[in-house]
Amino acid sequence: MHATSLSLRPGAINGDGIFQRLSFTSAVVILLMLIGIILSLIDGGWEAMVKFGPGFIVSDTWNPVGGEFGAAAAIYGTLVSSLIAIVIAIPVGLGTAIFLAELTPGWLSRPIGVAIELLAAVPSIIYGMWGLFVFAPWFSQGFQPWALDHLVALPLIGPWFDGPPIGIGLLTSGIILSFMILPIITALTRDALKTIPSVVREAAYGIGATPYEVITRVLLPTIKNAAVGAGILGLGRALGETMAVAFVIGGANRIETSLFMPASSISSTIAQQFNEATNPLHISSLIYLGLVLFILTFVVMGTARLLLKKR
Amino acid sequence: MTLRKVKNRAFIGFCVLSALFGLMVLSSVLYSLIGKGLAGMQLDLFTELTPGPGSPGGLKNAIIGSLILTALGIIIATPLGVLAGTWLSESNRSSKAAETLRFLNGMLMSAPSILIGLFVYKLVVVTTGTFSGWAGATALAILALPVIVSTTEEMLRLVPTTLKEAGSGLGAPRWRVITRLCYRAAGSGIITGILLAMARITGETAPLLFTALNSNYMTTDLSQPMANLPVTIYQYAMSPYEDWNQLAWSGALLITTFILMINILATVLPRWLKARKAVKKS
Repeated sequence: MHATSLSLRPGAINGDGIFQRLSFTSAVVILLMLIGIILSLIDGGWEAMVKFGPGFIVSDTWNPVGGEFGAAAAIYGTLVSSLIAIVIAIPVGLGTAIFLAELTPGWLSRPIGVAIELLAAVPSIIYGMWGLFVFAPWFSQGFQPWALDHLVALPLIGPWFDGPPIGIGLLTSGIILSFMILPIITALTRDALKTIPSVVREAAYGIGATPYEVITRVLLPTIKNAAVGAGILGLGRALGETMAVAFVIGGANRIETSLFMPASSISSTIAQQFNEATNPLHISSLIYLGLVLFILTFVVMGTARLLLKKR
Repeated sequence: MTLRKVKNRAFIGFCVLSALFGLMVLSSVLYSLIGKGLAGMQLDLFTELTPGPGSPGGLKNAIIGSLILTALGIIIATPLGVLAGTWLSESNRSSKAAETLRFLNGMLMSAPSILIGLFVYKLVVVTTGTFSGWAGATALAILALPVIVSTTEEMLRLVPTTLKEAGSGLGAPRWRVITRLCYRAAGSGIITGILLAMARITGETAPLLFTALNSNYMTTDLSQPMANLPVTIYQYAMSPYEDWNQLAWSGALLITTFILMINILATVLPRWLKARKAVKKS
């Protein structure tokens, strides 16, 4: 206080004060944006919230003509496709990160690392197109007939693979999502592995441990928090992803055991129906869906950030 | 071979396969992008408007619209983001307010982009009564903002305290120290952050669906719905018409090339700036 008032000549412009206020106001804009998002979702979804209440999230009817809306099918699609994505992307991402950080010399790992990061730079709409035009046809002729021959008979998981081999659907969405979150998981775990001092590795190798033992018993436990955080961050990304899913999920509002069936996710439902919806209740229900998605991602991402922070 | 060695081999094999898997996906995406996109790379693409089904045309209005929306989004987000990042870096690292805002910035960064679209729809489209270029640019600016905030903060924190103390010691007020010394020292890093934010918003589709919408006309009027590449690609790719699909692939190749170029620029530019500074000094 004293220092500032002393340094000011009478009548001089208080540059520090102005700058301080300007930058603080800009920082507050972030807060306002988040509050704005929440308020606009509540305001827009209010009509549906009043009409359907919390039962919205367990009802699986979505009937724009009859004016009956429930989110269960879309929530199911979002959760299942995101789970498939992390089930694939976590082991593959960890494997890649270990390959890059521990098993290869720099001249090889740097270009491969850059290539994997390029995967992250490709916009989601490109993944969607590629999924629809390249991956889905291959999937319906390659994997799906094979699964129908070999996997359907398996106990428990058999029914997942029992369905028409049409290429698009819940499983395809999950796989495309896994490609999209792979780079994040790889980059975060690779960077965490690199923070471990090399003496730790040397000590473990020195007592005769194999690379497998060093990595799984010493290194991975050390970066446990970061690895789990990376996985959850990937999950959060998958939950909110829109365009890649909109292309390949099929857009059917049903809950089916078979992962080959067309389904829908929260974000793809909003993307596909919002501009066509004319009934105010339909619009409101779509925004209510958005609020559910916001809460879902907020919780997941918040957890990830807290985990990534405490090492 | 002992069991330990078998396990080790299997583990290493898995890691190698994982890395190959990622590379395979990347090369397949790039291969189909280039293979299908190049077929439609003609001059018409840049000089003709988006056509109806069955007639020839290009993507001129969508390309120009996307450039305008992206540039405007960055122009809105940059001053806000840099100032907010400055506030975060100047405030006490462990202060409650800064801690909270940093967390919220992370949450804004990871909020699903389609929800930003819904927010701007309520904020701008419903208020003004029309889909517009302004709404699209606002949505993109909100997406770019948190990226710029966090890179600016990180870069400013790397500025050595001694430099700031030297400035203050000469009697410069804090804001002059920040604008004259810190921004210069951290400049290339901040520019990298802005470029990365630009790369992020260039390909964003979901937030434009309900804001800028799309248009088949060439317009630079920001109060009207505005043509843009991502939404055009989406509509044309999902259509049953083959010539539309072809345009979608060409547009996809264009946008990906543009984004990859920005990414490369973002990594090369700081080095180049540093080299130039070194030459100046000598």
